[in-house]
Amino acid sequence: MADLLQDKDRIFTNLYGLQDWSLDAARDRGAWLGTEAILSQGRDWIIDQVKSSGLRGRGGAGFPTGLKWSFMPKEVGVRPHYLVVNADESEPGSCKDRDMLRHEPHLLIEGCLVASFAMQAKACYIYVRGEYILERQRLQAAIDEAYAAGLVGKNACGSGWDFDIYMHHGAGAYICGEETALLESLEGKKGQPRLKPPFPAGAGLYGCPTTVNNVESIAVVPTILRRGVEWWTQFGRDNNKGTKVFSISGHVNKPCNVEESLSIPMKKLIETYAGGVRGGWDNLKCVIPGGSSVPLLPKEICDTVLMDFDALRENQSGLGTAAMIVMDKSTDVVKAIARISYFYKHESCGQCTPCREGTGWMWRVMERMVRGEAETSEIDMLLDVTKQVEGHTICALGDAAAWPIQGLIRHFRHEIEERIDNYRVNKPVFVEAAE
Amino acid sequence: MSDLRKINIDGTEYEVPGEYTLMQACEEYGGAEIPRFCYHERLSVAGNCRMCLVEWEGAPKPQASCALQVKDLRPNRDGTPANIRTNSEVVKKAREGVMEFLLINHPLDCPICDQGGECDLQDQAMAYGRDSSRFEENKRAVDDKFMGPLVNTIMTRCIQCTRCVRFVTEVGGVQEIGMASRGEDAEITTYLEQSLTSELSGNVIDLCPVGALTSKPYSFNARPWELNKVESIDVMDAVGSNIRVDSRGGAVLRILPVVNDDVNEEWISDKTRFVWDGLARQRLDKPYIRENGKLRAAGWDETLALVAEKMSGTPEKIGVIAGDLCDAEAMKAMKDLTEGLGIKNIDCRQDGSVLGTGVRQEYLFNTTIAGVEKADAILLIGTNPRHEAPLVNTRIRKAWLTGNTEVGVIGEAADLTYEFEHIGASAADVKTFAKSRSNFAKLFKDAKNPIVIVGAAALRGKDGAALLNAVGSMSSNIVRDDWNGFNVLHTAASRVAGLDMGFIPGEGGKSTDAILEGAASGEIETVYLMGADELDTSKLKDSFVIYQGHHGDAGAHVADIILPGAAYTEKDGIYVNMEGRVQLGYRAIAPKGDAKEDWAIIRALSGHLNKVLPYDDIHALREKLFADHPTFMSLDIAPGAADAAAFDLSGLGENGELSSDPLKNPISDFYMTNPIARASNVMAECSAVIADGDIKVAAE
Repeated sequence: MADLLQDKDRIFTNLYGLQDWSLDAARDRGAWLGTEAILSQGRDWIIDQVKSSGLRGRGGAGFPTGLKWSFMPKEVGVRPHYLVVNADESEPGSCKDRDMLRHEPHLLIEGCLVASFAMQAKACYIYVRGEYILERQRLQAAIDEAYAAGLVGKNACGSGWDFDIYMHHGAGAYICGEETALLESLEGKKGQPRLKPPFPAGAGLYGCPTTVNNVESIAVVPTILRRGVEWWTQFGRDNNKGTKVFSISGHVNKPCNVEESLSIPMKKLIETYAGGVRGGWDNLKCVIPGGSSVPLLPKEICDTVLMDFDALRENQSGLGTAAMIVMDKSTDVVKAIARISYFYKHESCGQCTPCREGTGWMWRVMERMVRGEAETSEIDMLLDVTKQVEGHTICALGDAAAWPIQGLIRHFRHEIEERIDNYRVNKPVFVEAAE
Repeated sequence: MSDLRKINIDGTEYEVPGEYTLMQACEEYGGAEIPRFCYHERLSVAGNCRMCLVEWEGAPKPQASCALQVKDLRPNRDGTPANIRTNSEVVKKAREGVMEFLLINHPLDCPICDQGGECDLQDQAMAYGRDSSRFEENKRAVDDKFMGPLVNTIMTRCIQCTRCVRFVTEVGGVQEIGMASRGEDAEITTYLEQSLTSELSGNVIDLCPVGALTSKPYSFNARPWELNKVESIDVMDAVGSNIRVDSRGGAVLRILPVVNDDVNEEWISDKTRFVWDGLARQRLDKPYIRENGKLRAAGWDETLALVAEKMSGTPEKIGVIAGDLCDAEAMKAMKDLTEGLGIKNIDCRQDGSVLGTGVRQEYLFNTTIAGVEKADAILLIGTNPRHEAPLVNTRIRKAWLTGNTEVGVIGEAADLTYEFEHIGASAADVKTFAKSRSNFAKLFKDAKNPIVIVGAAALRGKDGAALLNAVGSMSSNIVRDDWNGFNVLHTAASRVAGLDMGFIPGEGGKSTDAILEGAASGEIETVYLMGADELDTSKLKDSFVIYQGHHGDAGAHVADIILPGAAYTEKDGIYVNMEGRVQLGYRAIAPKGDAKEDWAIIRALSGHLNKVLPYDDIHALREKLFADHPTFMSLDIAPGAADAAAFDLSGLGENGELSSDPLKNPISDFYMTNPIARASNVMAECSAVIADGDIKVAAE
């Protein structure tokens, strides 16, 4: 692969907050430059550009953004269109949106205007995670600045398009990051995912056509349009184009967020930006490459794998939100996954059966396996239970709860078995009376 | 249906309406059976139990068939219709998985569960579950919740299908049940564990697919397979809900709804459902004669001879009033008897309404109960349908929920579970309605299918006739050839049958009020009450009162002679509901003690009077009834708008002054409207807890 991404090609040039976040500074960095010109190209042009850029959603599923936008009705009927920005970043390990909200809010607001214009949405809602207090204040201040400068509001940016932008504050539930649960929550109801179909593009917020996008997907759009599709597509492999903000956490020397080209080798990414794995690359045990909900990858795969949607999928994992959780050899990986299972048990909305009942069951079995207090045959049973949850639920939380365990059993089955064996060593064997 | 789509179900191609769900398509066309817990035909789709998953070949995951519509299916890549599998390995595995999940935290206490034997979870576990559990952990336990005197909760059994939540919210119209917490801690509860206040709350017991919500009064009483089940008709109101009476050993143990889409759909009111314990209390089981101020048990012959003596007196000095729960046969027998004796002071309208003198449409609910759903403007006059006919109220709410129907009220403004415009409080407001500035009046004028619902209780006496006239001349657009929007809402199960057979004063005869006044003044010497208890009995002190009925209530207290009759569960009988729908009730158990079916008592009395009625059994009686009043022959059919073209609205009632006193709704306590309900402990408890607002708060 090519060289490292150069500073001139970075979209989020103030990702680390070293400069001022406010409008003037953001303008100096290039935000709001020629927005009116972009809008004057028309909505079809914008959607075409986003389509041909191959931008894939940055929230986890990696659905092509331009395609999603094109699902919105071409003409506004009796029901208004809405854009909803998902800033309910709650995935363990992921903290990229947070830095964008507090250090680059104007890129997001500009993106909201461009995207809303393209989809003929007169209003845009940004749903911010409950725990993000400072980010919420910062974003609101930036929105106020944009209103004051006439960039949004009536005749936004002098384009003749009236556009309102609202920030909504969640209450801190992981499930509200699921797009339809987010819409429910935004409507003031209990955050529980809706059945699909109907998809939000047909009946979303208040039953009106709605597109829900991740913060990053929206924030990169103005820059793509400014610098051109050619520029954007020079990064990454086919079908995995562009740059992406990676969050690297766990057993690395310098945990960080970093914007890099997609398809960069994982090893290079960790060694270059995160100061390498604690104790050297050889001390690596495994990496969860895309936030807690994707299966982990052992060191053998991490040695060579590229960080993009398709490469990780080929290795039975996923890019997710590109939040890498690095674990070195000191890690009790069974316990780590058990903790993740607890998280999903805690965050399940309880609406549909497999997830409500399955997440608790899986967590309890995992807890026993941490201690080794289980039968070897239960490993297969646990795997079977994860398969019973996966794909049988209304939303993807069931899948997200099942995958980490599947990854663990796939790659570290020997560790669980060892633990079960060790637990029994020197323990008297009880024979039940009836036997 | 125009929008037909091709679909391949289990290897056979069908053409199915596009708006069908996969579940409907698979069951109606494919003949497959799709298990389900959360899905219910009359509630919104939740799609949360995941039991109804089917395989859509080519889709990455199995699909919830209750939620996916046929029109949302994409054809296969080669253009052939989408393939749906309801019995493949994938489906079998998915069902087993869901079933296992449902059971891991279920207590499996079927042997002590009231739902045992009629439990969806039990049945489907047998059909679709695994043979054993792999769950080794401790089961979850959930605290039971207080939901009032009717609904018993054992919440550990709950599978969170949310049918109860959707029912009380959508049909009941009260947002009182919800799911608190999330994940495996999710619990169904009432708000702060307060009592449900819906008069339809008992239906959640039927809806609950497991034993989490069961009937409190029926707790641990019986097993479903021990019960003798008889389908019959309810008499608690004039809706004529179709019910099933379950009894064992001569005692009614519970009452359940029977589906009838034209009448009660699948619901019944709490009064209908829980009144059965009143059938075993305060019963009149022997004939009694009052001697020296005390009632003494007597034999039938002795008693009837005394009654005959009194009834053969001067006809002008005898009055007969039929009550709210009478069957048509008894009234017919009484009418034939009084005709033979020349008694003209007879009345079936113990509420004193002026109905029954004109054409049949004048006193019917002409739009029909199901027809209410088609209305786009509904004007309620002097009625609170929520209490007077809860199942008419659900239809109004259903229409209102569509957003295409507006409701206006003249009379008392009560909580009807839907929004309405309160136009005025008195009868005088009816006259000014057409000219009033209210939005609803304009809407009503332009409405395509407007209806007026007048409470029968508002049509009392002279004011009543004037009100009827005012309603008739209010608007011309409520009746046209194919639409009859004029409706009278009755509260008594016997009323329409009585009016149909002309059980009203003959030429120069006295009506109910006049009979009572006459009894007070001494003009009337003998009053025969056929189950009539909702009267001012203080006026009967000086007259000789014969009470025929089944409960020791107001009428029996003033009676000089008591003739023990049969309650509605103890006799075959014809009832005509407010729509004019003739329905047959059947006997579930025997009358108590020496009591007899009511028509038989009158037939026996006719023998003592030497005016023998020409029928020896109920069939002969019915033949005479059919011959004299052919409307009784059209069983289970409501006339609706059949003769709307000939119906002259403007001729109703009598022109007169309209009172500007506020109209009063007749029912102040929903749970205490008839002798059976007043004898019921459960109804008394409901009345105390719900009607009086004495609601237990969690902190107490």
